[in-house]
Amino acid sequence: MPQVLKDNRLIDDSWTLLTEDSESLPSGDILLSYSQWQTFSDQLDSHDGSVGVIIEGNADIEDIIEPLLKLPLIAINFPKFADGRAFSSARLIRERYEYTGEIRAVGGFIRDQLYYLSRCGFNAFKFDDSVDLTEYAKSLQDFSEAYQVSVDQESPLFRRR
Amino acid sequence: MYKYDNYDHKIVNERVEQFRDQTKRYLAGEIADEEFLPLRLQNGLYVQRLAPMLRIAVPYGMLSSRQVRKLAHISRVYDKGYVHFTTRQNIQLNWPALEEVPDILAELAEVEMHAIQTSGNCIRNTTTDQFAGVAKDEIEDPRPWCEIIRQWSTLHPEFAFLPRKFKIAVCGSEEDRAAFLLHDIGLQLVKSDSGELGFEVFVGGGLGRTPVIGSSIRKFLPTKHLLSYLDAILRVYNRYGNRDNKYKARIKILVKAWTPEVFAQRVEAEWEHIKDGPSTLTESEFSRVKSFFSSPEYQEVNEAESSHALSEIATENTAFSRWLDRNTQLQKQVGYRSVTLSLKPAGVAPGDVTDKQLETIADLADQYAFGELRATHNQNVVLTDVIESDLFSLWQKARESGLATPNIGTINDMICCPGGDYCSLANAKSIPVAEAIQRKFSDLDYVYDLGDLELNISGCMNACGHHHIGHIGILGVDKKGKEWYQIQLGGSANKNASLGKVLGPSLSRDQITDGIEKLLDVYVENRIADESFLNTYQRIGIEKFKERVYAPST
Repeated sequence: MPQVLKDNRLIDDSWTLLTEDSESLPSGDILLSYSQWQTFSDQLDSHDGSVGVIIEGNADIEDIIEPLLKLPLIAINFPKFADGRAFSSARLIRERYEYTGEIRAVGGFIRDQLYYLSRCGFNAFKFDDSVDLTEYAKSLQDFSEAYQVSVDQESPLFRRR
Repeated sequence: MYKYDNYDHKIVNERVEQFRDQTKRYLAGEIADEEFLPLRLQNGLYVQRLAPMLRIAVPYGMLSSRQVRKLAHISRVYDKGYVHFTTRQNIQLNWPALEEVPDILAELAEVEMHAIQTSGNCIRNTTTDQFAGVAKDEIEDPRPWCEIIRQWSTLHPEFAFLPRKFKIAVCGSEEDRAAFLLHDIGLQLVKSDSGELGFEVFVGGGLGRTPVIGSSIRKFLPTKHLLSYLDAILRVYNRYGNRDNKYKARIKILVKAWTPEVFAQRVEAEWEHIKDGPSTLTESEFSRVKSFFSSPEYQEVNEAESSHALSEIATENTAFSRWLDRNTQLQKQVGYRSVTLSLKPAGVAPGDVTDKQLETIADLADQYAFGELRATHNQNVVLTDVIESDLFSLWQKARESGLATPNIGTINDMICCPGGDYCSLANAKSIPVAEAIQRKFSDLDYVYDLGDLELNISGCMNACGHHHIGHIGILGVDKKGKEWYQIQLGGSANKNASLGKVLGPSLSRDQITDGIEKLLDVYVENRIADESFLNTYQRIGIEKFKERVYAPST
């Protein structure tokens, strides 16, 4: 089974990504795009597995997030790694909307962003299946201390010195 | 100045190790070029025309003599024995080897220095007034705030992949010496009617292709809210700034598109959510940071005696007298002066210094200036807190090392980017133009008679040489593979900041010094009494200058 880096560990990835042209829902845990989630909305209540939704990094969180907060997984897609909007999106979802489920990074993000991503509230990272996830996971530990407040540290360094 | 504690050391050391590992993986082919690009940029490393270039952060321009000796050592061991002071108070090495950059960063970390976020689409080095703490017109020392911003912005997890680079400047005085209105965020320290300290917040200033003067979005921000307010501005920019076109991606474009009023509303709305949170600054943190910028132990000086003694030496020694006039400045502390060491002797690229000169600068700082110095955005070095009775011996030593050219504030003290000699973005060379101007205007009496004159040269429209805000600005342009130079007049970075106007068609390299001479002739003929070049220009307008420069030769 493919794996995902989640909460600092490698685990089996139970989520099936719904392909673009799917006309029906496979069984088990499924991950849908935001538009698919709207299309299949009347079938989701009776679905036999969990449902998660992928939103775009540039989405206007305020407009779409409320109904997604009850889901166990919200994935945020990076169109390309240099597009930093998802960092703000994740923080908003965690800090303003107090979401406690899984926030998963998908798409074009890179290993060397892991530390910042985790600070901003991402706790799961889906890379291409060919990479060495154990090696990649090391980048989560790039720093052991930080100056700013963030999702993983409620108190800025100046309050702890 | 600020001293690292264990936390600061740890963060900077871990950054070195992170980049060492990234460099290793890049050289092993495990990181693609386009992915390595922002990683190296955010550690100051560019790949330039001839070799990589490493930009080292000098937070708000402050350096200790120990750091300067380390820079001399690094330039000798890893480079060609010289460094370049930039217009953002930073320092650049022009010839480091990529493989050795992690070692350079490790050496820098030993002396509490780094190259973090000196490039890339992130929050850059915060800049301020080179006379912070000693300026007569100071409202409040801006440096503790700069340091607080440095720590907040360093490795900020949310703002490492912004639409574009982001620059912050803090001004703590009446007169603006930090060009803060030309920054993405400009912070002006102000006191409220009740005496409370705060900031007036300006956003959306900047040079580059679309020069804009910043707009005020908040008249008074109590200082304790500084960080949450910065977070709010940056978050709005990160989410809504243009990412499709890098030339439209600076915050100034967003502020213009939304209007400053709407931008301010968006920031205030965001801020409402995060204001009064844990990022609210505490009195104890401010005191802690401020304690690092305490004044040295000044001696009691008899003002009359001191200035009399100084003028006696000056009367006998014209060269010293010229230097005293141009290169030193009174401080709010009686009997002490700030000395500007000129990095602009003719024949040297403006801002370049050798390893030996760096060591001399460190020695001078130890001997005369409590071991500290400042890099200026005009690409010079300032020693503050020099007692007046030491000025003559300081001058003698500085002169032996070529650091006492008495040209500060004159036409020869130009700001100049590295240009086509080094930079891969440049359309034209800038250093040879600077040199030609310095050679042309080598008569000191003439130069002093011209008075304060800012001449800024950029080798391309990215405007690293700040040509838009020179009283005379020169912009290198490429026309069919040939180097041409456009002249702008009337720019200024002071409180009443203004952007220069284009004089007319570009001049060739051969015509540029004659063109400048004609501009100066028009000024000298038209000035009233002590009127400066800028004031004369503002009074008589551009036409007379234009007519003279483009008149058919007789």
